[in-house]
Amino acid sequence: MKIAVLVNEGPYQHQASDSAYHFVAAALDAGHEVSRVFFYHDGVNNGSRLTTPPQDDRHIQKRWSALAEEKSVDLVLCVAACQRRGLVDEGERERNGKDASNIAEGFRISGLGQLLEAGIEADRLVTFGD
Amino acid sequence: MEDEYEGGVVKKFLYVNRRAPHGTVYALESLETVLIGAAFDQDVSVLFIDDGVFQLKKQQQPEGIEVKNFSKTFRALEMYDVEQLFVESESLAERGLSEDDLLVDVELVSRASVHELVDQQDVILSF
Repeated sequence: MKIAVLVNEGPYQHQASDSAYHFVAAALDAGHEVSRVFFYHDGVNNGSRLTTPPQDDRHIQKRWSALAEEKSVDLVLCVAACQRRGLVDEGERERNGKDASNIAEGFRISGLGQLLEAGIEADRLVTFGD
Repeated sequence: MEDEYEGGVVKKFLYVNRRAPHGTVYALESLETVLIGAAFDQDVSVLFIDDGVFQLKKQQQPEGIEVKNFSKTFRALEMYDVEQLFVESESLAERGLSEDDLLVDVELVSRASVHELVDQQDVILSF
């Protein structure tokens, strides 16, 4: 089955991104295709490479990045949600005259259209959040 | 439009708005999704339920808390061909509201029949 995932909550604050990660990993292990993970609302904070959790805690961002690298999962952060929350890639840094970028490896910033497209093209769109 | 979609597939999309317009960003970011989604020529419905019915309340004045008054945008949804707006009647009544308090024309659905609306959908985005 072709599955798309929507993550609506930030890491550590809420279990949604943990659950989404475990769901995606399990779906891939079971032979399903995960066409895209779209991060919206505070969910975009999953993609900050400046994330530095305590050493004895799980590293949510790195876990996602590894999934992108090893399984080619498309991790997309909503641009409008990113701009509000200070998530910046190189293109956005240049466009908005910021002094730094902070997007982690394996993530990309794009428009909400990517969420709609994922919903149209996947067999199931699975949402994680309240 | 950067995300023009030309796949030709038309699915039934339902946006479920469950939260008050202010206090959290969900309502605003849900509306942004509806507006962007309009470019995809899908069969779109929007359901307002629980505190989500407050999103359609007339005479909102959020300027006092220095946030954007996006409630007027609901009136513009028609121009985006988003015309199927549903409100759960019990949610409205429980909050002392009636259709006259709302910014736009809506179709009332009873709590008992919401599942029928949900069952018809291909994609549900709940905010």
